[in-house]
Order: sequence, then C-alpha cells, then structure tokens
Amino acid sequence: MSIVQIKNLSFAYEKDIVLEEITLDIEDRDFLAIIGPNGGGKSTLLKMLLGLLSPKQGSITVFGKPPSKSLSLIGYVPQNTNVNTDFPIKVIEVVLMGHVGSKKPLFGYGKDEIACAMGALTKVGMDDFSDRKIGDLSGGQRQRVMIARALCAHPKILLLDEPTSSIDIKGQREIYNLLNVLNQSITIIVVSHDISVILEFADKAAHINKRLSFHNISDKDKTFHTHHQDGHFCEVELLQMLGSNSCTDCHPKEEELS
Amino acid sequence: MTEALSFGFIQHAIIAGILVSFATGIIGSLVVVNRMVFLAGGMAHASYGGIGLAVFFGLPIFLGASMFAVTAALLIAYLTIDNRNRIDTFIGLIWAVGMAIGVILIDLTPGYNVDLMSYLFGSILAVSIGDLYYMGILLTIIVIVVTFWYRDILAVSYDSQYAKLRGVNVKFFYSLILVLSALTVVIAIKVVGLILVIAMLTIPVYIAEKLSNSLYAMMALSGVIATIFTLSGLLFSYSYDLTSGASIIIVSAVSLGVFLLVSSWRRKL
Repeated sequence: MSIVQIKNLSFAYEKDIVLEEITLDIEDRDFLAIIGPNGGGKSTLLKMLLGLLSPKQGSITVFGKPPSKSLSLIGYVPQNTNVNTDFPIKVIEVVLMGHVGSKKPLFGYGKDEIACAMGALTKVGMDDFSDRKIGDLSGGQRQRVMIARALCAHPKILLLDEPTSSIDIKGQREIYNLLNVLNQSITIIVVSHDISVILEFADKAAHINKRLSFHNISDKDKTFHTHHQDGHFCEVELLQMLGSNSCTDCHPKEEELS
Repeated sequence: MTEALSFGFIQHAIIAGILVSFATGIIGSLVVVNRMVFLAGGMAHASYGGIGLAVFFGLPIFLGASMFAVTAALLIAYLTIDNRNRIDTFIGLIWAVGMAIGVILIDLTPGYNVDLMSYLFGSILAVSIGDLYYMGILLTIIVIVVTFWYRDILAVSYDSQYAKLRGVNVKFFYSLILVLSALTVVIAIKVVGLILVIAMLTIPVYIAEKLSNSLYAMMALSGVIATIFTLSGLLFSYSYDLTSGASIIIVSAVSLGVFLLVSSWRRKL
C-alpha cells in the first residue's frame, strides 16, 4: 500500500526548475534514501513532504491527504542539531516538544506526556540522559534525542534530513542501526548525500537531480554485483550509476512507477 | 543607611528595582535565547520617540513610550518574521529614526525643557506610585503569559521551524515576545536609562544561563541576580553620590567579570 503518492510533480523557484515530473510511491515500512547532488532538489522535495512548499504542477499526498494535513503522522528530524547548544533545556523537555494535538494541562507537563517521552527516549537508548542539558551531549546523542522527539508523536513516517552530517563514523552507524530497528514498525525516509552508508541500510533509493531515478536496492548483491567484485563502492561511481538509468539491473520498472 | 529607608522616594526606588529586575530577568532570558539583544536595544532607543510624543501631546510618559515601542516592535515583527537576514538593517533604522522623532518632537514642544539625561541614564529615584502600579501590572502580565504559554514559548525559542511543523503559531509567539520586550524595555528605562537597558537585559541573564538547565530556572535566577545587582548598585550610588543607572550597570559588569574568572578557574581544577 502506498502511503505517500507523488504524481508528475514539478517545482520551480522563480524561473529555475528544481524538480521536473517526479513520480514516486512510498510504501508502508519502506526504508527510502533520497540522494543526489547538492542543489539537485532533495531539500525542495523534503519541504514538500512537510507541506512547507506546494507543488507548481502535479500532486503530492501523504495518507491520501495534502502533507500539511498529515503532519501529525510524520515525525521530522531536522538537519542541524548542533545549533543553539547553549540553550538551557533538558533532554526530556526537548522530547516533550514532539507532542501534538493532545490536550495539554493548564501548565507544565502531564504525567502521560512525560511517560510517553521517556518511552521514546528508551527506544533510542537515551533514557539515562533525560535530565541532562542538551548542550552537554555529543552530536550523535543529540541526534538520538531528536529522533526520540519525532517518535514522541507516534508517527507512521520518520523523515530525517541529513541525520549524520555532523556525527563521527561510529555515531553514524549507531544511528543507522537504530533506524533499521525502528523500520520494523514505521516507514523511514532519509535525505542524505552521505550515500555509501545510507545505501547499505536503505531498501529503496530515489536519486534526485531535477529528475528522479528510482531504484529498488533491497537485494544488495543483485543491485551492485555487476559493477564491482570487491564489494566496495567509490561514492562518485555510485552516484553516477544511480543518477543515470544506464544500469539495467536497477532501471525502474514501468509498473512500479505508475 | 537606615534613615534613607524612611524616605518615600528610596522605598519607591527599591520596589521599582525589584519589579523591573524580575521583568528584565524573565524577558531578558527570552531576548537572549532568541538572539534579539540588539532588537531590544533598538526598541529602547526607538522608545525615545514615544517619550517625545508623550511630551508633545501631554500624555503620561510611560503611555507614550509604551505605545511607540509596541508599534516599533510590531513593525520589526512584520518586517522580519519571514526573513531574518536583514534584521540588523531594520534595527539600525528603527534605533535612529525613533530617537530622531523624539528629539524633534521635544524641540517642537513650546516652553518644555526636558531632562534628556534622565531618560538616557535612568531616574530610579524619581519613581511615582503610578509608575509602580504600571510596573507591577506589567510584571504580572509577563508572569501569567510565560506560565501559561511556557511550552509554546519554549518550542518557538528553541527550534522555531520544528514548532511550526508541530502546529505552534510561531508568528504569534514571536510577536508576543517582541511586544513584551518592548514594554519591559520601557519600564527598564526608568531604572537604568535607555542607553544602559541592554546591559540590564543581558548581564544577569548570561550568568543565569550558565547556571540553569531549564528556561524556567534561567528566568527565575535571572530575576534574582538582577535584583541583587540593582539593589547593590542603588546602595553604591547612594553611598558615593553617583548616577544610579550607571552604578547598577558597573556593579553588574564587575560581578560578571568575577563570575567569569571564578568559572574559568574552576574549570582548570
């Protein structure tokens, strides 16, 4: 079942066409990597998924509704979590920001809300840090807290923008392993230009450079074996391969797109 | 010193000092975490236009200055709400134009020789009962707003983009913070003057931020620290017959220096 449907979507800032004729279905429990060069339109597509921009042509629906009406079902993890680190705020308070719509007590936080936030922190393995100041955490730990904040509202889709851009290698793997676990129950969409790691974990890849090339990469061996024997990929080659439709194995099948 | 406390104007000064310290502690915290310090400075100077307006039309000074500062705040909110890239230009504009309007309106007021210095550097020893009521009401409003909308204000201040996605009315709260800042700046002018307002909004807050792990604690602690600075500054100015506003700022700045020295010394241990 498709939970996100994008049909013939085009978008332009002023006269510059950023996205052209994008058609993409995202299914329940996909782990989709949105990749592509800087300026290729990844962020624009992300903003549309969040309802911050509307398409000029074509349509985008999330659970059958315009994205801005489905926001409570989307958990969003923004790109830069290293800003505002001096801000005097505890980890638990950051997570509590994720609550939506539910009735709020007159002031302070409800017991059920705190329990829910602690549950989200436990899921990402950060429950021992709930009383720490957010600025005292490492980049990777802060990213986990941001994921917990997104999980707090029990989303059906988790949308992450460059989740590992400011984290060391070890932290990156931990984040992706966590996403893999979460993927058992929710759909994960990751926007990233950090492709070698993301392709290892994702099962679908959407390469966006104005136009879309879609690849089902759930069977890693089948997808990549024709290109390399040693199992290592040069990022440039990989990007070129995914950006062009020259690779027959991963060429999008017509029925998959329509 | 004890006999000084029997004077009505000294009692007023102490009460005003406490009320304004808590108002600037709370609002200063919001101003600092939202990176609006120069915005607050701009509104302080712009409110001189309101003082000129009040003198020209014979209105109460607080009323004129507040109206003018709130108008400036809403104008800044309108101009910068979607695009904060050019915010410094607008601040500079409002900063200078507001003052110019004030100076010209006072020029145009026949037979009135306003004491400019008392607005530039404060006149805490000339606080009336009416002023105290105004300060008290404003502080009450600030406390109520911050208590009931704490979560929204926290979300907007910490991560406004995320708050927007979670359905918080970011524009409303951004404007609300600006309007409350404008009103607070106006009462702080009475205590330390419009030139020195920035220091009062930032020094206690800076110290409190380092010692707090929540916005709520930061606001309360800023209020307490500001009160200590204001009252000891007042005592200092009384003892050595110095300008009270400047004395409060010097006491604050010296304390900040000591705080920074002690904390860097403790970090080395």
